[in-house]
Amino acid sequence: MFEIFTLFADWVVYDLFGLVRQEKLGDALHFFIEDTTKIFVLLFVMIYFIALVRASLDVERIRNFLAGKHRATGYVLGAGFGAITPFCSCSSIPVFLGFTSAGIPVGITMAFLLTSPLINEVAVLLLVSLLGWEFTLLYVIAGVTVGIFGGFFLDQIRAERWLQPFAAKAYQKAKGKEALAFGQQTAAVLSMRERHQFAKGETMEIIGRVWKWVFLGVGLGAAMHGFVPQGWLEEHLGDGQWWSVPAAVLLGIPLYSNATGVIPVMESLLVNGLPVGTTLAFCMSTVAASFPEFILLKQVMQWKLLATLFLMLLVSFTLVGWILNLTYLIK
Amino acid sequence: MKTIKVLGSGCSKCIQTAEKIKKAADGMGIAVEVNKETDAETIMNYGVMRTPAVVIDEALVHSGSVPAEADIRSWLAE
Repeated sequence: MFEIFTLFADWVVYDLFGLVRQEKLGDALHFFIEDTTKIFVLLFVMIYFIALVRASLDVERIRNFLAGKHRATGYVLGAGFGAITPFCSCSSIPVFLGFTSAGIPVGITMAFLLTSPLINEVAVLLLVSLLGWEFTLLYVIAGVTVGIFGGFFLDQIRAERWLQPFAAKAYQKAKGKEALAFGQQTAAVLSMRERHQFAKGETMEIIGRVWKWVFLGVGLGAAMHGFVPQGWLEEHLGDGQWWSVPAAVLLGIPLYSNATGVIPVMESLLVNGLPVGTTLAFCMSTVAASFPEFILLKQVMQWKLLATLFLMLLVSFTLVGWILNLTYLIK
Repeated sequence: MKTIKVLGSGCSKCIQTAEKIKKAADGMGIAVEVNKETDAETIMNYGVMRTPAVVIDEALVHSGSVPAEADIRSWLAE
């Protein structure tokens, strides 16, 4: 199904520009053209159709649904909803407060907020088209697992102690009422026209937000593809040396990107022989652990909780990387 | 005179929203005071989870996107 993009890139690079196969520049350009065309076509088509289906799902409904749920189910559902609901990172503070003031435990809220940037339809789409089903499944499972266990851990250490006072107060106040005020809203029934409007808006908005990342990510991937000496990565890091995973996680922190930008880079890393676990750890860290977002969270969390959260993420990404490297390298 | 608040953490969409409202009000010859509200606690107290949101005379009328021109006009006309 995706062959057409390879053929198109063949035509542009080898016929139109007359570049020679197996040469650096030709390789890099081919990678760039094949991936950008594929990604943009898929983005337009898939975001639109997914949005049609998702039109009636919004954070208010998810909050109402999560409020009053048992904790164990809450983590799983929170992470699951995080995976299917995209929202702009500038909304993460209001969402956090909206959940908290509905009496939803911090752990469940964070399961939602942690999974959300890691997994979304754009990321899954790119993963499937660039790296295949197996890797996509692995990525989704790893992301959801980090969300679930992260949430569970935060509640175990009673993270709500370290919220900013106004947020803690709102949480305590809501806990007494047990979410009675919520959950009674009936869902609005949407007409096809409204769904189309929503889907059109979503498509334009998401593409408007991610197009730069696609070019940047694919550009980087292409550069590595053509210019990192073949086998260099494999030779130096191919055995999944234990220290390479935490190193990859640390390297990912100052690099800030969203999933869209980092996935083409992943493709290149994997092709160049970097082990799966190391690659995945690097990417999760790039996407989910970034300083700008953490500074935002300062509005609702005290330093102690922020630091804990940060450490927790670093440790869990490292663990994910190690486990995957072990399983894959033994195989 | 209507007092209008645009709730949001200061992202570009909130600025767009505020400007769109000001322009519409000018066009209709209605006196308005538009303020941007960025404080997380205030936004929480309006029960808003998706920004930008619009509050007119203390009533929440919109949340989650830059509102459409037609919507703004109908709020202002009320």
